[in-house]
Amino acid sequence: MIQSFFNPEIIVAAMPIVLAGLFNTILLSLIVVPLGLAGGLVLAMLASVKSPLVRWPLMAWVDFFRAFPPLVLLVLLFAGLPFAGLELGGFACVAIAFFLNTGSYYGEILRAGIDSVPHGQVEAARSTGLSGLQAMGYIVLPQAVRNVLPDLLSNTLEVVKLTSLGSVVAVPELLYQARQAQSITYNPTPIVMAAVIYFLILWPLVRLLSRLENRALAGRG
Amino acid sequence: MIVSAKGIHKHFGHLHVLKGVDLEVAERELVFVIGPSGSGKSTLLRCLNRLEQPSAGSVTVDGIDMLAPATDINHARQRIGMVFQSFNLYPHMTALGNVALALRKVAGKSRAEADALGLAALERVGLADRATHRPLELSGGQQQRVAIARAIALEPRVMLFDEPTSALDPELVGSVLAVMRSLRESGMTMIVVSHEMAFARNAADRVVFMDDGLILEQGPPAAIFENPAHERTRAFIGQIQRH
Amino acid sequence: MSSWDRFTDTFFNAKVMAKYWPDILYGVGVTVELAVLIVVSGLLAGLALALIRALAIRPLNWLIIFIVDLFRSLPPLVIIVLIYFGLPAADISPSGFVSTWLSLALVLMAFAEEIFWAGITSIPKGQWEAARSTGLGFGQTLTNVILPQALRLTIPPLTNRTIAITKGTALGTVVAVSEILGMASSAMSNSYNPSPLMMGAAAYLVLFLPVVVAGRWIEKKFAWKR
Ligand SMILES: Nc1ncnc2c1ncn2[C@@H]1O[C@H](COP(=O)(O)OP(=O)(O)OP(=O)(O)O)[C@@H](O)[C@H]1O
Ligand SMILES: [Mg+2]
Repeated sequence: MIQSFFNPEIIVAAMPIVLAGLFNTILLSLIVVPLGLAGGLVLAMLASVKSPLVRWPLMAWVDFFRAFPPLVLLVLLFAGLPFAGLELGGFACVAIAFFLNTGSYYGEILRAGIDSVPHGQVEAARSTGLSGLQAMGYIVLPQAVRNVLPDLLSNTLEVVKLTSLGSVVAVPELLYQARQAQSITYNPTPIVMAAVIYFLILWPLVRLLSRLENRALAGRG
Repeated sequence: MIVSAKGIHKHFGHLHVLKGVDLEVAERELVFVIGPSGSGKSTLLRCLNRLEQPSAGSVTVDGIDMLAPATDINHARQRIGMVFQSFNLYPHMTALGNVALALRKVAGKSRAEADALGLAALERVGLADRATHRPLELSGGQQQRVAIARAIALEPRVMLFDEPTSALDPELVGSVLAVMRSLRESGMTMIVVSHEMAFARNAADRVVFMDDGLILEQGPPAAIFENPAHERTRAFIGQIQRH
Repeated sequence: MSSWDRFTDTFFNAKVMAKYWPDILYGVGVTVELAVLIVVSGLLAGLALALIRALAIRPLNWLIIFIVDLFRSLPPLVIIVLIYFGLPAADISPSGFVSTWLSLALVLMAFAEEIFWAGITSIPKGQWEAARSTGLGFGQTLTNVILPQALRLTIPPLTNRTIAITKGTALGTVVAVSEILGMASSAMSNSYNPSPLMMGAAAYLVLFLPVVVAGRWIEKKFAWKR
């Protein structure tokens, strides 16, 4: 059992490969999280335009990308686009797919946050001469973000976990590297290592979230 | 004695909340419990039906040793009705559903029987016409009367009231007190924690004054209100009456 | 041939589609089967854990909290790969289907336990006391008074989480499950044409778009009002 799953020699041998993967996972997260947030912010601010001409296409866009499993989106970009003569690397495909998918999730969360800020806040800000955009940036968004912080964090946790999909399109992130090491060593120890690393870096966030969520639901009860 | 509590102590961690309380209540008696906030009134009531486990002492209700491990506590609790300050009605059930639940699940009645008994209990509190309403569709006074019906439907031998009118708007207090008075007239044994002094004066057989986890003094309402033996009692009553 | 014709001929090639639609349909069947199994077993296991947790047995609760944290922290694909490629080293060789089912059910179980538990603890203590004071036992109070209120509170977050995890059935393609994406991918490599992939994508939309829209509706309908 130990020999199969926690083989010390293999741990030592695979460590550099797996750590390189961890580095790339962190890098990937640092790119796709802000990208998704930016996309979500644009969607949420567009949603505060009450015109049905904006609202309905926006809702369709968001639901469309929430209905697609992210992996399907990724494969579509990675394997489908080359037939149209557009060959993007695995990394670019991950970035685009995440922008579309997680952006829609972030967008829904931020929209709910903006909706939760009383309209009087905007009116008060506008009455002091702030422009609509200024009122949004200085008054509404800070309160909105605070109101939906648990949901934002929870979605960010999911996004970081989703970066493991990069392994399917040969992005050398943690899971991909671990599988490489596994196929070289014929031993699942590297995959166990990857799992342990994921757990160690994400556990604190999970603990924090569990507290925040419990409090949120209790407050509503 | 239908209720007999002897030497009750209760600790919450380091906090010593009840410090040896003795309380005996005779059948058909209405005992009124008053005292400053934090003196342990609620805790004492809750020790009587074992919602709190006393740290020491003995509690006997209607001949049943409430603290004995062999006692079927759920069966014993049917005989002790309790009414809470915050009503605690089940929001997902109708008024009748609230009243009938324990009749079915604890007393083992059929649904039809339970509904009939529940309706009779609602009738006694004057709310038979509200049987199908949800708690949120009722006023505070009506909710508290449903809570009383929920307790009396089980035909308890004793009723415990923990500040039944404190959460009510002043104009709704009367309807609840009227139900309590009619219960009293029907011969129910009652232990009431409340600040309704006028009600105590003309309905209570005995007033018990608690202070800092102990019963400081007790006696007929007139004696306690007009002529308390202790300075603490005098100060408390003076304070209440000024409000 | 105009460029538009070339485009449709590549991505929506009628001949390829005619040939491979039964494959895609088969994939739809597998996806639906997998999804139903995951939802049923994951939700039931999550509810069971939450109920056990309500018994407040210390060591057991620590174990439950650890299991929940574990399956919330690990990416589902990592769990699938671990079970499918790892377990054979311990002489257990689950199929790709079973690996995917087990993994996603465990993930859903973890999230569901968390949500059910939050729902149970959000019910005021007075509800327990009122019920117990009328003689209802612990289990009777839980099932008749607490759970009906708690479940209502948990419906919106549970719906969204269930939809998100069910979409993970596509991950099965990594361990050779013949669900939609897997069938579409192999059809694509057999035909050197992306049309099967487009059909697969359409199939996902047909399956999940109604679910997402229904989730939106449920969220509104069960908005916090008590
Ligand atoms: N479950 C508990 N855990 C810890 N302390 C408690 C608990 N219940 C009550 N106490 C403490 O015990 C003391 C007595 O409380 P209790 O509720 O019996 O007072 P009371 O006389 O009913 O006061 P009030 O008039 O405010 O209702 C208080 O200091 C209270 O904080
Ligand atoms: Mg009290």
